[in-house]
Amino acid sequence: MEEIYKELEKIVGPEYVSNQPEERFIYSRDPGTMEPCNPDFVVMPNSTEEVQKIVILANRKEVPIVPMGGGLVLSGLTRPLKGGIVLDMKRMNRILEVNETSRYAVVEAGASQGMLQAHLKKHHPSLKHSIPDSPPIATMAGNVLIHGSGHLSHAGGFHSEMLNGLEAVLPTGEIVRLGSCSISPYWFSRAPLPDLAGLFVGWAGTTGVVTKLAIRLFPNRPFNDVGIFVVEDPELVPDVIHRVTGVGVGEDVTAWMSPKPLWARGFQHININYSADTKEELIWKRNLIRSSVLKYINDKIGGFMPLPPPMKKMFLEAPASALVRFADVRKGGGFEYVGAIMPIELFPKAYRMGEEIGERYDAAYSTGARVMGLGHCMMFFYAYAFNRADASDVERAQRALEETNQVALEMGGIPWKAEAPAQKQIIQRMDPNTYGLMNRLRSLLDPKGIMNPGNWEVD
Amino acid sequence: MYELIYDEEICERCETLDCLTKCRYMELDLESAKRERGHILRGEDSAVLTDCVTCYACEEYCPHGNHPFYLIVDRQEQKGVWPVPIPLTKQQVVMMAPKGQIQPQTVKAPVINMCYFPMLMGSIQGKLFDGASIIVGSDIFCNIMWLHFAKNSVIRERLPQMIDNIWTNYLKDSGVEEVICFHDECYGTYTQLAPAFGIEVPFKPIHLFEYLTKRLDELSDQINPLGLKVAYQRPCSNRLVPETQHWVDDIFQRIGVERVEREYDRENALCCGGVLRAQQREDMADDVQKKNLDDMVSAGANVCVFNCPFCLFTLGEAVAERGIMPMLMSDLCRSALGEK
Amino acid sequence: MKYEEILHRCFRCGYCKLPSDYLDINCPSYLRFRFETYSPGGRMWLLRAWLDGEIKTSPRLAEILYSCATCANCVEHCVFPKFKDDLLNAFIAGREELVNEGAVPPQVRDYFKAINIQGNPYKLPQDERGKWAEGLDVEPYAGQEYLFYVGCVGSYDERGKKMAQSVALLLGNLGVTFGILGSREFCDGNEVRSMGERGLFEHIAKQNIEQFKDLGVKKMITLSPHAYNAIRNDYPELGGDFDVYHYSQILKQMLKNAELKASGRPLRVTFHDPCYLGRHNKEFNSPRKVLLSLPDVEFIEMDRSRDNALCCGGGGGNFFTDILGPGSDSPARARVREALDTGAEVIAVACPNCAKMLEDAIKTEDIEDSIRVMDLAEIVLTRCD
Repeated sequence: MEEIYKELEKIVGPEYVSNQPEERFIYSRDPGTMEPCNPDFVVMPNSTEEVQKIVILANRKEVPIVPMGGGLVLSGLTRPLKGGIVLDMKRMNRILEVNETSRYAVVEAGASQGMLQAHLKKHHPSLKHSIPDSPPIATMAGNVLIHGSGHLSHAGGFHSEMLNGLEAVLPTGEIVRLGSCSISPYWFSRAPLPDLAGLFVGWAGTTGVVTKLAIRLFPNRPFNDVGIFVVEDPELVPDVIHRVTGVGVGEDVTAWMSPKPLWARGFQHININYSADTKEELIWKRNLIRSSVLKYINDKIGGFMPLPPPMKKMFLEAPASALVRFADVRKGGGFEYVGAIMPIELFPKAYRMGEEIGERYDAAYSTGARVMGLGHCMMFFYAYAFNRADASDVERAQRALEETNQVALEMGGIPWKAEAPAQKQIIQRMDPNTYGLMNRLRSLLDPKGIMNPGNWEVD
Repeated sequence: MYELIYDEEICERCETLDCLTKCRYMELDLESAKRERGHILRGEDSAVLTDCVTCYACEEYCPHGNHPFYLIVDRQEQKGVWPVPIPLTKQQVVMMAPKGQIQPQTVKAPVINMCYFPMLMGSIQGKLFDGASIIVGSDIFCNIMWLHFAKNSVIRERLPQMIDNIWTNYLKDSGVEEVICFHDECYGTYTQLAPAFGIEVPFKPIHLFEYLTKRLDELSDQINPLGLKVAYQRPCSNRLVPETQHWVDDIFQRIGVERVEREYDRENALCCGGVLRAQQREDMADDVQKKNLDDMVSAGANVCVFNCPFCLFTLGEAVAERGIMPMLMSDLCRSALGEK
Repeated sequence: MKYEEILHRCFRCGYCKLPSDYLDINCPSYLRFRFETYSPGGRMWLLRAWLDGEIKTSPRLAEILYSCATCANCVEHCVFPKFKDDLLNAFIAGREELVNEGAVPPQVRDYFKAINIQGNPYKLPQDERGKWAEGLDVEPYAGQEYLFYVGCVGSYDERGKKMAQSVALLLGNLGVTFGILGSREFCDGNEVRSMGERGLFEHIAKQNIEQFKDLGVKKMITLSPHAYNAIRNDYPELGGDFDVYHYSQILKQMLKNAELKASGRPLRVTFHDPCYLGRHNKEFNSPRKVLLSLPDVEFIEMDRSRDNALCCGGGGGNFFTDILGPGSDSPARARVREALDTGAEVIAVACPNCAKMLEDAIKTEDIEDSIRVMDLAEIVLTRCD
């Protein structure tokens, strides 16, 4: 260990390595409910070359490596399950290139959502990127690589679908470029080459360390609005989503349901965000969206909520700080959620299940669903707030999350960024040939098994 | 209980049907009006029930004070007509319900009733309101808004309790009988709507503008005429109490502002459009708001004065975008007294 | 520990690390060290773990706690309204616990010792405190309209003394009647409080309050925003209620009627908001009004200004303990680079700590030929006869 520490110091400099109890405490856990797992070292590289050296060292010494962005995944994927080195990537936070015409940005893996947002606002105001609801220090790579989604996902799908290419350090130390950037100076897409970038998306850091990535950007228009369509019958929601997304002028379609405040209980709110270059265009889009659900309006069983300006502002904010405040609902600084990816038609079942579990556990819960693309699927989320200083409250949330994962899987959904126990449940249900292929690829890429071990494994 | 007090015969015999023919949102000639009158009185389906935008104006148009609007709202509810979609209506009924948190409190005159608008409490300061007691909260909400939702039943259920809450918790033991209603809607509720449904009101409501006029007179040596051109957004609830309209001019005269001559003022006033949007009548709301704003702009207004918080929420930003400053009447008066 | 009930409510969401537009890292200690432990959220969780016995007192924990510059960026940007206002209070309470345990970093211990014994952190004699005013037409305080309170940095530090001289000279030129305490002046105690020595702070404050009252002081002008902060916010509860102004506020008033001369060559100036004037006391306008009232001054705002300003790193005791240390990620160096990016040739400051921190950073960054530090008074003096 002493030797490894000295080697790490040589690679990144003594100021950017720690094996101290303080760092080991903080980096062993995230703000969710998962139990802490201590790292041996926390290292903060500043370049791909430094990452490469660290990986080669870890490979040689057979020490686990866990890449980490903002550490806000909440399902504990950045905890070193088998100890080893946590790689805090946030020093690698540069924005390398913004291509305005072909609308993409190339950033280092540790670049944060907020800094890209600010950079675009200042230097490329006609462009924006899809912003997830996580706090602004969350990293671009962290979110894209777990199939994240955000406020432009109706327009552009999962954030992984907006990935044009990446640079990564393989567990054996080679640096690879995947996507068009592997042969062209432009990072414009993964097509038409064999799509190797998929080897890093959704693998929870078990296939290597991504050091750079390119993501698609979208037009940033001056006029923005949101319509919140409210119904009382969850059976109507799949059709509402189908209609609204079919129009194709929105940027974000996200439903939210919550037992609190009291007036929201029992109602399904479908938020549709859209933007335009002129006021007239904005009104035209509003009318298009409205026409798509006119049937429900005429039958009086659905309607757009009148929004006072402060409420509207809240729903137009990206990232939405209001969502982060859910953590204080139990005055305890914690929440975690199951985000189950599923087809739209499962909405009523998913909603009822969420209500039932939330009520049975007497949890502080909230549910919702973000729609991907033109209603191709949705991320149905079940969030539970807990008081981290109250062990029984944490346990209650844990059990609710566990049961939620199970029921989501049973109905045909798949939890995203699944924590280790949920991964095992997924593996149980997975096509054995598929899981077999995953293992073969991992053995090939990571023969020593150093990359975030303990994940996507059966005991 | 609390049935609407009106004379069916007056409606039957009415020759002019001002309530329907003067309506600015429904095109009804005398013939159609007579036909629809019959349907309404007999409790049958009528296009009036679905087309009414609930702007309250027919309460003003009726020369007999026979509450045509309240009858329409009763009929809407009886016939299962929902002006605002069912989910939104139900949410509002829960949102605006009394929370049962009211505590007895000693008050002294002047008592300002802020109804359920705690967000406007910041306006109750300065010389105009010196020494005033403020009452506010869900448990004293006037409930008149249900007229927009075809829910007279909620008014009947909640309003008597609200009146009792005000009287028992604040006024009775403090020996105060007068309550200054910050919002027109409350004043209309206690002076015109409550009696129409046979609900007794043991206290004396005072219109905010009457109070402001009196205070301005008391502070007349401190007034600096503002010299502004002001458009007044007449709230729908003022239709219930048109006799209070003169206070607007009385105030304006004292603070040295000019009420700009415009088309959509006084009896011709337009709905702010907020309720129209809740009713999902987006095109009509766009149209009504554009007319209203264009009118203010072409009349040369620098300021638009509101009495109603809902009008302010609905139109405030749009008015500001057109270069006109939105303000509450009390805030305008405060600035005439040199307060910020 | 005081405020311990809020520690576990931190979600470690990280809004505290950033300004309101998320442009770049805005927490000085997190910027410098980059470990999560050195961020406000890290401190919250570590304090909780420490109180629960999950981690022990250690030099590193002490360093983490004392690396905070108390700039209040976290208080400003935390998204949890129910406890954000007490974040710094919790960190200071943590420091108080360390003081009680005798486990503070050596530089902190030395600071307290110097204040205790010599009455100033420089370990210089008390009777040299008024020396900065030698040769200037400055009177001892004897009932004038204002007491001009200078503070330790303004009295003993080379850069601080230059600033004290400029301010005194300018106030005199503008016709402000004031006197100074000179060698009778004591430390204001702001840093002592923020470094966790509550007992010593109260002793210092009460001593000052008694002295001010005895002398019949009603109105004060402070050189440093640190003194302004202590006297305005912490002295009242200890019995000291004075009308205290920061010199930028007096300048703003007096410049309304002053005669200023053009210089012929516009000076490109940007303003660095001092944390204890800006974020802590919400005074962003007076310094700007001063600069905007000057002829031939082109005022440029940095991207991070007002309540988004990046702290120079000179608060929370760091000016003396230098726990943030050198390194290109030190906040002072990051700040002067940001100022340079605006095209400004002058960074205007209103605090002697900022003046020195930024001036040193300019030297380290080797950009002395492009940009320099001037305090507000120095700039105004170039426009007076």
